[in-house]
Amino acid sequence: MKRKTLRLYLVLISLGLLGTATALVLNAFDRELVFFFSPSEIAAEQPAPGRIIRLGGLVETGSVTKLGDGATFSFRITDLKASTSIAYRGVLPDLFREGQGVVVQGTFNESGNFVASEVLAKHDENYLPPEVAKALKASGRWQEGAGTAASPAIVPGASSDTGGEGNSP
Amino acid sequence: MIIEIGHFALVLALVLALAQATLPLIGAQRGIRAWMALAKPAALGQFAFLLIAYGALIHAFVVADFSVLVVYQHAHSQTPLIYKIAAAWGQHEGSLLLWVLILSFFGALVAFFGDNLPPRLKARALAVQAMIGSAFILFALFTSNPFARLSPAPLEGQELNPLLQDPGLAFHPPMLYIGYVGFSMAFSFAVAALIEGKIDAAWARWVRPWTLLSWVCLTGGIALGARWAYYELGWGGWWFWDPVENASFMPWLMGTALLHSAIVVEKRDALKAWTLLLAILTFGFSLLGTFLVRSGVITSVHAFAQDPARGLFILGILALALGGSLTLFAWRAPTLKAGGLFAPVSREGALMLNNLLLATATATVLLGTLYPLALDILGGGSVSVGTPYYTATFVPLAMPLIALAGIGPLLGWKRGDLKGALHRLWLAGGFAIAAMGVALWIDFGKQALAAAGIGLGAWMLAATFTEWAERIRLFRIGLGASLRRAVHLPRAAYGMSLAHAGLAVAIIGITASSAWKSEEVRQMKPNDSLTIGSFSYVLQGVTPARGENYIAERAHFKVMKDGAFYTDLYPERRQYMVQPMPTTEAAIESHLIGDLYAVVGEGDGKGAWTVRIYEEPLVPWIWSGCLLMVLGGIVSLSDRRYRVGAPSRSHVAQALPAAGE
Amino acid sequence: MRRLFFILPLLCLAALVVLFWRGLDPARDPSSLPSVLIGKKIAAVNLPGLGARPGINTAEFAGDVTVLNFFASWCAPCRAEHPLIQELAAMPGVRVVGITFKDVPVDSEKYLAELGDPYAAIGVDETGRAGMEFGLTGVPETYVIDRDGIIRYRLAQPLDPGRLKDELTPLLLDLTQ
Repeated sequence: MKRKTLRLYLVLISLGLLGTATALVLNAFDRELVFFFSPSEIAAEQPAPGRIIRLGGLVETGSVTKLGDGATFSFRITDLKASTSIAYRGVLPDLFREGQGVVVQGTFNESGNFVASEVLAKHDENYLPPEVAKALKASGRWQEGAGTAASPAIVPGASSDTGGEGNSP
Repeated sequence: MIIEIGHFALVLALVLALAQATLPLIGAQRGIRAWMALAKPAALGQFAFLLIAYGALIHAFVVADFSVLVVYQHAHSQTPLIYKIAAAWGQHEGSLLLWVLILSFFGALVAFFGDNLPPRLKARALAVQAMIGSAFILFALFTSNPFARLSPAPLEGQELNPLLQDPGLAFHPPMLYIGYVGFSMAFSFAVAALIEGKIDAAWARWVRPWTLLSWVCLTGGIALGARWAYYELGWGGWWFWDPVENASFMPWLMGTALLHSAIVVEKRDALKAWTLLLAILTFGFSLLGTFLVRSGVITSVHAFAQDPARGLFILGILALALGGSLTLFAWRAPTLKAGGLFAPVSREGALMLNNLLLATATATVLLGTLYPLALDILGGGSVSVGTPYYTATFVPLAMPLIALAGIGPLLGWKRGDLKGALHRLWLAGGFAIAAMGVALWIDFGKQALAAAGIGLGAWMLAATFTEWAERIRLFRIGLGASLRRAVHLPRAAYGMSLAHAGLAVAIIGITASSAWKSEEVRQMKPNDSLTIGSFSYVLQGVTPARGENYIAERAHFKVMKDGAFYTDLYPERRQYMVQPMPTTEAAIESHLIGDLYAVVGEGDGKGAWTVRIYEEPLVPWIWSGCLLMVLGGIVSLSDRRYRVGAPSRSHVAQALPAAGE
Repeated sequence: MRRLFFILPLLCLAALVVLFWRGLDPARDPSSLPSVLIGKKIAAVNLPGLGARPGINTAEFAGDVTVLNFFASWCAPCRAEHPLIQELAAMPGVRVVGITFKDVPVDSEKYLAELGDPYAAIGVDETGRAGMEFGLTGVPETYVIDRDGIIRYRLAQPLDPGRLKDELTPLLLDLTQ
């Protein structure tokens, strides 16, 4: 075995592996990435049924109800502009609360209802998941200053003066 | 007062570290022996001072001195003693101090035991180690001083996050850090070798014990963390591919690769540049993990408080340490003398392939961990990468690795006989196929991937046994002769067999628990019964209970199997008093082929509770597998060849008078 | 060509460092959200008082330097920052007011009876609507409003002694001058 041949083997194996890995990753990125949606985005265009997505916002006050079997919950998630109703069977996280930020993961079923397989709440009451913070900002309601503050909060289609976050002090 | 002593000791340690980082390096370059010799006392002194500093911090926690900011923030006078001590590393500042302490601990070990290392190599390695140490002590002093005072001192403190008040988690961070940080030693040796421009079999022998020790602790630490998640979070899962979990998993993968490639350097003087690169990257991944956990660029349940200023500092350390060492690598590695040749089918070839597979697998994990961040920065929206991604990328790359681990050890060095090896493994192959058949039969072939996983685990287990049996020529020579061979087999060989068997057992456990876990959620009233698998759970009642610093609702389940009493389970829902935060304590009963797992949720106020019952097949196998791996590492560590300071034969006798072998 | 292989790791590192450096941009971090409200006039919020206490009407804030603190009895970090709020209330010329966020009034009363009541006025925001006007990310949150009713400071996390000393106290001294 010559050094050159050995090197050739090594390079070939490495390239083969690299190619396999790239193919695997691209394939996985194509199918397995879980995208984050806000209720407004859902309202604009509902993702295809069966696709796993994450949905985040604030748990709408007064929307949490327990269904008859005692283990299925239904609640609404809002970004203060639009809201989406969620069904979840399981034990809600210890820190799940109305008005708090939450992220759920699951799919829309054929009839257009969102069925969550997981409800994620961080182990900290003073916490808003960053995706939710961002979605709230994007929904426009987040940065309402003094001017437009009068409109009731949970009404879809309120003013939306989205803008950057550039004016830091 | 004690706190001031601690603070002062930290500053003194910094001074020593700075001296250790410069003088021995210059000494080694110019051949000034006295300067090179400085490394040893400096390293020992640095460790001693950091020990004092850490002792002062622990003392402050034990006596609950609330005039110290971190104590006030993380300890309460009601907290049980063990969690007061654990709180000393349960937060950013204290854990960083622990980080530095362990860093200097490894430096001190090398300084103390490394008397027969070549003086230049030792001086340089210790200097590099001290550079990292200085950077992190500076980091602690400037951005995260654990000794900051609070004036006036509050009367009562806050408490360690109740989720972290758990015996398993109390020891998880120190273990993990010893693993993480210990790889710094391999890094320092690699940089020293690059400065030297020379790497040989002796180098590999000196580096191996440190790497092995780190690997053992990291394995244990990861297992403890997974176990904590399993019973404390109450979701019945033990691994979530969370960024912080990945941050500890990536150094583990790279460290595993390093352990294997160092063997090739030692035995065959080949793969030298690659091994150096691995040593650098392994510690690089540790630094990356530290950055991810402490900077707040990625959010995770485990992350420490977020502070971009700290992040910037660690990023600076990371860029300097890795940038410097990789530049050195780019400059010096091409000039290294080429190593021994080998055929593609050979032990070296198998180890090389193992390394490539591990590196590629690590890369997919890295990509999955960082992709959400990259997409977010580039404005591509929020995504999360979950288990399905890793199942689709990491698992297919890990599978050939497992298959290979069965064959590799049976291949000869330089030129292996693949046919011969496979021929000797026909029994193992049969065993694997049988296991796969059983797995397919269990769920009627619905989960082909799971069956493949079980088959591979069985294959690796049987192949590892075969390899051991071959070594002692079991059933080929007399039993007595075999036994004699078994006794005289080097411990490193046993270490490998144990670690490989452990991995095989863990893989079977991981596969089974991922594929065949079942879950039942129901609202239950007392005397209601719920059946899952072959067990039925009868809720006896829920009663209030009280712990040292929490109150709880404790449910009592009677578990019946085939109509006969099997066991009692008592899951709890705790409410801690200082931080009124509810936590879930799952009740778990392990048996040979699985766990019973019960969680009690909120009551509805009308005498019914939401309960969650899991059937967790083969989960105990995961923990036993990890334990076997740790054991394997320890056994291998005790091999006389790798005993610290065994580079020359004359020294072995002196250094180990009591070895008794 | 061969050298390129050895430089490759360095290039990967450079790319990673750039990525992380951009990732550390404070604008990405929601907890340090500088709040677009800073420098703007406070939203018009009018809330009934808790128990017999006066309520909150932001229109009446003008003329005083006001610290507005959102809290709730169910919130653990609020409890933690409470002593510091009491310190703030002791500062001369500073009016500390609170809004209970999505809390049952009876619980809020219990919370205050246990820990002490530093607030000059407390508004009850049971629906969380006032919180939305402020773009609350959670509780506790603390705002400083100057004499002209302009928001000067926002802290979207519990107050800690460091921030009290380095950020709030100097600002309040400045405003009350």
